[in-house]
Amino acid sequence: MADDLLLDIKGLVIEATSYPPGEPPKDVTLVHGVDVRLQRGRVLGLIGESGAGKSTIGLSAMSYGRGGVRLTAGSIRLNGRDIRIAGPRDLRSLRGKEVTYVSQSAAASFNPAKRLMEQVIETSLSHGIMSKAEAEKRAVVLFRKLGLPSPETIGNRYPHQVSGGQLQRVMTAMALCPKPDLVIFDEPTTALDVTTQIDVLAAIKEAIRDTHVAALYITHDLAVVAQVADEIMVLRHGRMVELGSTDQIINRPQQDYTKALVSVRSLDHAEKAPAPPVLSVQNVTARYRGTNFDVLKNVSVDLPPGQTLAVVGESGSGKSTLARAITGLLPPTGGRITFAGRTLSNDMKGRSRDDLREIQMIYQMADTAMNPRQTVGTIIGRPLEFYFGLRGAEKEKRLQELLDQIEMGKGFADRYPAELSGGQKQRVCIARALAAKPKLIICDEVTSALDPLVADGILKLLLNLQAEAHVAYLFITHDLATVRAISDKIAVMFKGAVVRYGQKSDVLAPPFDDYTDLLLSSVPEMELGWLERVIAHRKMESAGN
Amino acid sequence: MRIPVSALIGLVLTGGFLFVAIFAKWLAPYPIDLAVGGVWEGPSAQYWLGTDTIGRDILSRLIYGAQVTIFVALASSVLAFSLGAFLGFFAAVQGGWIDQTLSRGVDLMMAIPSLIVALVLLSVLPLNLTVLILVIGVLDSTRVFRLSRAVAADIAVMDYVEAAKLRGERGNWVIFREILPNAMSPLVAEFGLRFIFAVLFISTLSFLGLGVQPPLADWGGMVKENKDGLIYGKSAALLPSAAIAALAISVNLVADWILTRTSSLKGGRGG
Repeated sequence: MADDLLLDIKGLVIEATSYPPGEPPKDVTLVHGVDVRLQRGRVLGLIGESGAGKSTIGLSAMSYGRGGVRLTAGSIRLNGRDIRIAGPRDLRSLRGKEVTYVSQSAAASFNPAKRLMEQVIETSLSHGIMSKAEAEKRAVVLFRKLGLPSPETIGNRYPHQVSGGQLQRVMTAMALCPKPDLVIFDEPTTALDVTTQIDVLAAIKEAIRDTHVAALYITHDLAVVAQVADEIMVLRHGRMVELGSTDQIINRPQQDYTKALVSVRSLDHAEKAPAPPVLSVQNVTARYRGTNFDVLKNVSVDLPPGQTLAVVGESGSGKSTLARAITGLLPPTGGRITFAGRTLSNDMKGRSRDDLREIQMIYQMADTAMNPRQTVGTIIGRPLEFYFGLRGAEKEKRLQELLDQIEMGKGFADRYPAELSGGQKQRVCIARALAAKPKLIICDEVTSALDPLVADGILKLLLNLQAEAHVAYLFITHDLATVRAISDKIAVMFKGAVVRYGQKSDVLAPPFDDYTDLLLSSVPEMELGWLERVIAHRKMESAGN
Repeated sequence: MRIPVSALIGLVLTGGFLFVAIFAKWLAPYPIDLAVGGVWEGPSAQYWLGTDTIGRDILSRLIYGAQVTIFVALASSVLAFSLGAFLGFFAAVQGGWIDQTLSRGVDLMMAIPSLIVALVLLSVLPLNLTVLILVIGVLDSTRVFRLSRAVAADIAVMDYVEAAKLRGERGNWVIFREILPNAMSPLVAEFGLRFIFAVLFISTLSFLGLGVQPPLADWGGMVKENKDGLIYGKSAALLPSAAIAALAISVNLVADWILTRTSSLKGGRGG
């Protein structure tokens, strides 16, 4: 049915100029001849790791290239006309009217000085699609459809007066308000907590269905896209890997790369038996200076040597604060921390060099955890010098051993962090921690910023290293799949307190408390109809109550 | 690496000034303090830029003046940077009362116009180049302190600095190995600007008679000596003024270019 074809992209080539430090600028091709076809009212999921070109392709559907990106060749036909070669005047009338966009970070996309309603109806007014009264009426209908609280009045609020998940829904309303033919969703739920994500996801899905709008849904999370898309296109390095119905991609993937994406997170890890702890946190309470609010409330956890304690919770639950309390960066106001049989001084400044050496830390953002002006050799070599006084050939030898351990070969010692990939950067951070021969490594969301396949590699590496070096991990994460993959014990945190704690098998087995149930059931699963099932289940339960 | 035309002009001119300053002794056709011709002679084959209020060759005095002006400005900028950057980094890393004391002290110094402070100090202290350099350097260091404290405060909250502290590193390592290399680019650009301000400051002081003293020549002093000639239509005072302007602009062009390059590293415009 040719009439139904809304978007027809053929042989799209997208280029950009990159400016590598210290080298002449060069042109790089981001997208190598990709075809995208989308019919009216359908949802196409674009999935791939960072650098796959999924956002770039998505934005090309409104003939837009971000910061110096050029749409060099191919045709982009929207509603039958080629918009790649359209002039600025045509593009202006098209963007916001026929195509709209929902970005990842709603918080950064709203004007903080204007009320929500004004921003939601702005496009409809500027394109003269409807009158102000009509637009406001439509906005309220959309707010209600998206499940926002008090839909009649929420438009009077300012962006900072609503939560992140609500703001993301308001942005969806903004995109749907001018009755576009196509909406581009660019990772709309990635920045949200898992318990919020499920609500936003359900709202978006319902709104798409009710308004019969076509959508390009861009994400790196296959389990998420499986819930909303009719078809899925898998992208890698700017090329299409596979295209198929959602059912076919999830249940019968053809290409090896797709198979790897589907089977990721299936990593499992046999729980180790309980043992006397190396780290014992007893009734620790902490607050930030100048506040009168405890961010950690009476937290007690134990961690045996060579095992992993996963600390799970949403943002703001206090899990990173627990790490800061253990390292002494935020001295606890109450409680006691014992480590390897000795009581640790609360403040980092009162700890001996050995205390510092035996507790190491790996950060979420490897980019900011390494000095950009130091080479890999200096970064890993410094703890060797500092703690063990290694120099010259001895240091080189140990450095190479560490590089081998993190599965990076020779020649990396002279590189700067900017010359490494995301996964390699995180590996270097792991090596820096290992160099100190620690008994405990605190891993703060170490895989959250990484693509799923790369994250998988890092988790496997951490497990191997644990077996070799018998080091304990305190593993902070919000991702329950990671928890299953790596932990022996689990502590679930909520508003600064531990609400559930024990061996992995006990924590993940029913009966659950309310919060753990909510958390566990909100993690997207790689199967069709998961979202409907969970939402239906929750409705039933709340009706039962 | 493409160098824009403006930066190229700046580099060539700045290089030219430095060359003249270093080799003044061999380049100047006449001694610095010898009346060789008539009063306020016009330009001629013998005196390319004419003579001054007591018949000295203006070109020679400009060349020697370049030496003094650039040397004093450079020395005081280096002093201002060593002092200001170290204290700024120290304040940012230590925080707490050390930061408060240093910052408020600097605020206090900046609250009084530096020209007035300099005039008072220079009327009390013996007038020689060392004192001049010290006074300008210390007064200028307050501005460097503010910049380097701000830059370092941004860097001090990075995870790699926290990692170094967790490792147990001392202040010296944190300041010189973790922070300084990452703060270099904005500081280098600022150095150019501070240098220009130092040139202007010395020239002002000399013009007021409290800067470089005779028999040494500097550009501000030359303006002062020849300013009366302007009434009689003699242009001698304009030449050192033009030299000051040319030096300021050319250094500025270079500093501008460095600033653009560093901001492009932070994701600004490329090239």
